[in-house]
Amino acid sequence: MANAKEIKTVLFGPVFANNPIALQVLGICSALAVTTQMTTALVMCLALTFVTAFSNFFISSIRNHIPSSVRIIVQMTIIASLVIVVDQFLKAYAYDLSKQLSVFVGLIITNCIVMGRAEAYAMKSTPGMSFLDGIGNGLGYSVVLLVVAFIRELGGSGSVFGVQIMPLISEGGWYQPMGILLMPPSAFIIIAAFIWVLRAYRPEQVEKKV
Amino acid sequence: MSSNNDSISKTLIVVVSLCLVCAIVVATAAVQLRPTQQANKKLDSQINILRSVGLIEGSAPAAKVAELFSKHVETRLVNLKTGEIDASCDTACAEAYDYRKNLKEGEALAQSEDVASIRRISEQAPIWLTYDENRNLKAVVLPVHGYGLWSTMHAFLAVETDGNTIIGLNYYEQGETPGLGGEIENPRWKAQFTGKKLTNDAGQLALTILKPGNADPQSDYQVDGLSGATLTANGVQNTFTFWIGENGFGPFLTKVRQGALTNG
Repeated sequence: MANAKEIKTVLFGPVFANNPIALQVLGICSALAVTTQMTTALVMCLALTFVTAFSNFFISSIRNHIPSSVRIIVQMTIIASLVIVVDQFLKAYAYDLSKQLSVFVGLIITNCIVMGRAEAYAMKSTPGMSFLDGIGNGLGYSVVLLVVAFIRELGGSGSVFGVQIMPLISEGGWYQPMGILLMPPSAFIIIAAFIWVLRAYRPEQVEKKV
Repeated sequence: MSSNNDSISKTLIVVVSLCLVCAIVVATAAVQLRPTQQANKKLDSQINILRSVGLIEGSAPAAKVAELFSKHVETRLVNLKTGEIDASCDTACAEAYDYRKNLKEGEALAQSEDVASIRRISEQAPIWLTYDENRNLKAVVLPVHGYGLWSTMHAFLAVETDGNTIIGLNYYEQGETPGLGGEIENPRWKAQFTGKKLTNDAGQLALTILKPGNADPQSDYQVDGLSGATLTANGVQNTFTFWIGENGFGPFLTKVRQGALTNG
């Protein structure tokens, strides 16, 4: 087993130093779709973290037996099975949320982060480390999603986790919600701003000029 | 990776056994969780029917919903063409009727008739008769749906026994833009429909959804639309046009207005 420092890098590196959305710009499709509310964003984060961690774990466990000619298909089969299981559990135990997330849970299958980690990390690392890597990347994804969802829900609906913080004018309050924050393009703007802030603090993430 | 892994036999063994394992895991999850999922679905539609007639506001525990539903609500099937309630079909029989499935397999609508863009319609549709504490018929709940901007929007429409006065309109399933068209699920917006009338004295649909801010609160027929969601509001209007019309619940509502429910 790897030492404590390596574990820390694998687990927390993806949060800011090597964030899958901000640095690698992977998996932003769902970041646009499910971030109008904190609650749906949080469920999506948990689902994605679960899938990435376990798909990494299983793929890594059998990595020495995967024929390289069909490795992508093998990875997809494992990922797809995990996603279906998550979807079934959500339908059984969090019906309202699964209704709101609708197809986006199923679309975790095509989330580039899951495939990317399976191919880039799990295929050459031990199951334990791969599992941690999955959790770490899930955390990195979650940080961005929750920040975006916080801004969009607070600005667009005046609430956080469905709790009204700023009463809306339409409901007798004073806050005129910013409609654009509820539209998908606003997520692009917020993610871009997130990347900008992150790179201002960590200039080493800026791509070198050719 | 050893070259052995890429032999045909090894590839086949790995692929087949992986598929078997994954199939077993997925099938087990689906089969084991199905009863819970179906209970959720049933509970969800029951709670939304109860919300449309105002018996429940917000959320309620599952046991309470089931109790209220069995006490106050009876399910029946109505023939959409004739408007007759199927007398041979009691609550259990009507609940077993899979409306969504029948819609998919139903008769295709001609383009000129399909104002709500729902493509197909079934021969029968479920309705829910709602009674008060003393077993007096209070309301009839109708399932309606129509296409908005992005999605088919499903709602329950609760009407008084005069077949005209709306008790409540409850949108419970839609995929409109959150915060704009999605506001059709907002209780404040839905509350506007309460007390409005569907048709005028001549029996024509009179309920109209106007641009926001233009509806006269005194009017029996006018409802404010949603700002930033004109197309969704148009979809709601089309849903009414279709379902109150001849191809929807029109024949049934005509019978109701003539007293089909109140005369026993």
